[in-house]
Order: sequence, then structure tokens, then C-alpha cells
Amino acid sequence: MNRLVLSMAAVALLVLPALAQQPQAQQGPAAAGAPASAQQRSESAAADSHGFVSATRFGQRDGASLYAATCAGCHMPDGRGAAGAGRYPALAGNEKLETAAYPTSIVLNGLRGMPGFATQMDDAQVAAVVNYVRTNLGNRYAADPATTEDVKALRR
Amino acid sequence: MSDTSPPGSSRRDLLARIGLAAGGAAMYQAMTALGVSAASTYTGPIRLDGDPKGASVLILGAGVAGMVAAMELRKAGYRVQVLEYREKAGGRVWTLRGGDRYTELGGATQEIRFDEGLYFNPGPWRIPYNHQGILDYAHRLNVPLEPFIQVNHNAMVHGTRAFGSRPKRYREIMSDYHGGIAELLAKSTQQGKLNGMVTKEDGEILIESLRSFGALDRDLNYAKNVVTSDRRGFDKDPGGGLNARPVPSEPMSLKDVLSSRGWSYLASGALYEFQMTMFQPVGGMDMIAQAMAHECGDMIQYSRKVVGIQQDERGVTVAFEETGRPGQVQQARADYCLATIPLSILSQLEMNVSSPMAAAIQAVPYAASVKVGLQMKRRFWEQDEHIYAGISYTDLPIRMIQYPAYGYGSRGKGVLLGAYAFGPYAYEFTALSPEERVRRAVDWGAQIHPQYRDEFDNGASVGWHRVPWALGCNGMWTDATRAEHYDNLCALDNRILLAGEHASYIPAWQEGAVLSALDAVSRLHRRVVST
Repeated sequence: MNRLVLSMAAVALLVLPALAQQPQAQQGPAAAGAPASAQQRSESAAADSHGFVSATRFGQRDGASLYAATCAGCHMPDGRGAAGAGRYPALAGNEKLETAAYPTSIVLNGLRGMPGFATQMDDAQVAAVVNYVRTNLGNRYAADPATTEDVKALRR
Repeated sequence: MSDTSPPGSSRRDLLARIGLAAGGAAMYQAMTALGVSAASTYTGPIRLDGDPKGASVLILGAGVAGMVAAMELRKAGYRVQVLEYREKAGGRVWTLRGGDRYTELGGATQEIRFDEGLYFNPGPWRIPYNHQGILDYAHRLNVPLEPFIQVNHNAMVHGTRAFGSRPKRYREIMSDYHGGIAELLAKSTQQGKLNGMVTKEDGEILIESLRSFGALDRDLNYAKNVVTSDRRGFDKDPGGGLNARPVPSEPMSLKDVLSSRGWSYLASGALYEFQMTMFQPVGGMDMIAQAMAHECGDMIQYSRKVVGIQQDERGVTVAFEETGRPGQVQQARADYCLATIPLSILSQLEMNVSSPMAAAIQAVPYAASVKVGLQMKRRFWEQDEHIYAGISYTDLPIRMIQYPAYGYGSRGKGVLLGAYAFGPYAYEFTALSPEERVRRAVDWGAQIHPQYRDEFDNGASVGWHRVPWALGCNGMWTDATRAEHYDNLCALDNRILLAGEHASYIPAWQEGAVLSALDAVSRLHRRVVST
């Protein structure tokens, strides 16, 4: 009994580092050996930069990787958006990105059908992806980049 | 949740921790469990008594909600017209079969190459016994049902950091978890450590019950013997004739079972909405929707994209475009309009409703979700591993593998559900090309079934944010948004009202669509016959 209780205490300690979720890139398709198209290779490069590391948090740290793993799903890799029964607005050449606070608020809290990412990205990740969108995809809003302090202030 | 707020400060944190332990599917289950009772309030076919005096209703969307409403309103004497964006009915109730083509937002097209009779349900795929509304429509429309296997004790439980990444059987994890905690609690009780919490008499019954619950021996040990192997399985099964004596298997330690976190998957099958018996229509989930569409007949007009909804004192005018004729706006008009279009799309349309309803329509974000269907050249899970239907769980991004609950023993090919994820994994999958999603699902699944390497044939994948007629999996409510907006979303707004899973407390289930439609048409009818 006592031995079991002690082992359980050890388990509790062991569990904590497991939550840090190691990147699984070595288990990813890069090891599959199948020939990949240029598109697949670029997708893999972007998404495997700390991609697929946790069921609850995004692991990517830089704006380009975060964009490729999240925004691109709806707004598309080139930022041109898409249209079906409804539409996803283009982020490419979008004048609403001029002020960082607007995209920051939407990434955090969502807008209409778009979910917010407040619980899945930390302040630095939100700032990184906002600044990526504002300075790529044909946007040239390099002035007044979003900071982690700006992001923190916009969290609800 | 801000980075600096203490953990446990909100329900979202709780959900995040559940998700961390058990993955997106469990988090989604917990969301529905925390938000709602999944019990159906269905009380049998509705009766819409009274004369609607020739009133007309324009229904937007031929999914389950729209078609249920159409059938019931027509039966009550209404003139009904349904506008559907797609070329077929069903909405998110959707089955992919060989020969189908699917073009997602962004333009990627998949040609489905499954063998005849095999299918993949990107949307709903199982029906709880307590979802009596959708079951009743299946029965009334003569759609044959068969059991859907939710819990399979012989399926796998896999953790990338557990047991050297080698999968265990569900029965092994369950037996050893139950046995381990039963031993711990029985011995604690026997040693008087629960004194003050249970009486002596109850303590004795508790020990007796734990011996039964955990397969404990006389000394309250969960030990290697035929009794525990009758739960977890034998090293050598009992046989017949000579050399038939069974060989018991060695239980895993409680320490190993706990740290494996495999126990986190055990609660799923105990949830009300996942308890056995569950059902699936024979041939694919869309069989119910297709039967409804057949029943609706020419009430439904296909390939109509709604672009605006305007009501006035006498009726509702809906502007729409036919597929292939963009920019050529046509109009349909009726006395009333029931819009079942997902809020992800409805929130983008011009419509003159009251500001509370408009705010409600804008208040509901739509979930990311991804599924991958994989055709294998042979049913190796049955032939090699004796897994007949059911679900294996993993902490890999695919989160689960589901084995087909039909065609048992077939020598032919089989189609697995090779991934079903919510949350970040679903976003990350969705952002990949369809082929890349399949490639990754195969690669990850091969860690559980190495046979994937030789047996994979072809696959299909659906990221719900890229589905042109849905723009997401389901409406995600919180307690706060429900309190502020839900009643306003469901209320009749002059001549317009809404229905769909988003207008229910059973989000993402067909039952939510059925019950919301029945409630909507009942309220509409009361209004019509009273004026």
C-alpha cells in the first residue's frame, strides 16, 4: 500500500512534464519517404515548424507558420479568401489591417462565425500572426506593429 | 483566458484541461455535457391542428431541419417551397461514396474512389438511442438502421508517451484501471482509512462491491489469475481438447496505467449520448436525409444560393441566385420564412430582422473539425486483430480510428475513419491540402496499425471550415452567449424564424436540428391559426 502511494506521487510528478507536449516532427510525414509535390513540401515545412504539438494550443511561434496552420484554413494560403454559400474575406490587400488593434481583436475574440484563438495562442503568438498578416499577402502596414502588451490589453 | 489569470478560473479552463487530458473529441463531449442535457424532448409526431388558410412558407436550406419543417408544414396544409444551395439535400448530413466529387473552398477537388458499398460520413455518423426524434423519422421513412459500435473492448488505446508508444487494448486499460483503483480503495477501507466516511457495515459492502468491480482476489489484490484475465484477456485463450488450459496475462501496474493517461478515454462510452445502443442507417448516414428529400420531392429547389431576406407587413421576399448564373438575382416570396442556413453564412446575409435577433445571428462562432476516410485493401483490423467496428483512441493528431460497423468478414476492402479532430489539430489539418491530410492520417495511423503501410489504398478528407455550404462544423455556444442571445435567436421575428442545430441545446447533432424545426413550426403554426 505505502509503496503504491509513493509510486503514485512519483506519477503525479512525471505527468507534469508530459503536458509540455514534445513536438512530434520526427513522427510526421517527413519520415514517410513518399515523393512530395512542391506544394506539399512547402506545406510540410510551414506546418511542421512546431505544428501538431497539442490538442489545445498551437505550437508555432513565428507569424508565417501560425498563418499557415490557422488563418490559411479559411482565408487560404494566398490570403485571397473564398466564397461558397457564404464567404471568407480576403486578407490580401485588406485596408482594415491598417490598425493592428482590429485584427488583434478578431484573432483573440473572433467575429461572427469565426472563432477566437484567445485560449489557443499566447500573446506573442497573436502578435506574431497579426504582424505577419499586416506585412505580407500584399499588405504593407509595418508601422506600429502589435506588441504582446497590446494583445494582453485586448483580451476579454 | 489571459496568460496571467489563475488556472481554473472559468469553464473554458476546465474544458481546456479536459482537452489536454483527453483530446478534442473529449473536450467537445464535455462541452455538450456541461452545456446541456443531451436528452431528447421528443414526444412523438407533432400535430398541427387548425387551418392555415393557404398560408405559404419559404424554407431556406434542405438539411434535416429544413426538410423536417417542410414535411410537417405541408402535412398541416401549408404551401411550402424550399431553397437549397447544393445540388442535393442533407446539408451537413453527408456521405461520400465512390464516384462522388467534392470541391472544397479554395478549389481543391477530390474524386472519391471507394469500392462499391463502402462509404465515409464526414458529418454525423452515429445516432444515440435517446435521440428519439431523428430515430422516429428514420422509422417513419422506412430507413433501415443497424447498430453503431461506440465501445469496443478489443479496440486500441494508444499514447505516444505510454508503454513505448505501443498500443494497448481497451479491455486491458479498463480492467487494469478498475482493478488498480479497486485494490487501492478496498485496502484503504479495510485498513480503516475511510473511518468517519463510511460506517463499518457500509465499508464491508464497499469492499465486497470493489472485489466485484475490480476482479480482486481474496486478499483484495488485483493479481494475475484467470479471474482478472476474464476481464483483460488471456495470454493464451481457453481452448478445446488437449492443451486447452488458458494461460492468464500479467496486469499492468496502476502506476503505468495512470501515467499512460489511457483511462481518459474510458468515460466517453459512459456519456448519455454515447451509451450503447447507438445506430447508423444501413449504407451511410445520408440515407435518412435522402429519404426525407424523396418525401419532400419537388418542394425543394436545388442550386439556389440565398443572397438576401427582406420581410414586410405582408410577407417575406428572398433574393437568390442559381448556381452558374451569378449576379442574376431572382426572388421568391411567401407569407413566412424559416431560415435553417448555418449562422456562419446567415450572419453574412442582408436581412431585416430585429436587432436582438440580428445580434444573436452574429454571436455564434463555428467550430473547426476534420475527418479523414481511408480505404484499405483488406480488413486487417478484423483479420489480424479481431477488431470488429468500434473506436481506437490515440493522443496523436488523428485522435481516433473508427472501424466500419458493416460488412464484417468481407474479403474485400474496407473504409476506416482515419482521423476525427477538433481544436488546434482540426485547424492545422484543415489548412493542409486534402491529399496532405490523408498522407498524414496514414502516417500517424501506421503507429497504431503498421499494416497501414502496405494496405492503404486511397482516402478522402473534409475540413469543415472549408465546406462551401457550412463554413464550419457547428455553432459553438457558451453559457454567456446562450444567456444573452439564445432566446432571441429562436423567437419568431415578425415573419421570419430560424431552425437548425444552432437553435438547439443539442449542438452538432441531427436531433438538435429535428427538435428545433418541430418547435419552430409549432410556434409558427400557433401564430398562423390565431391570426
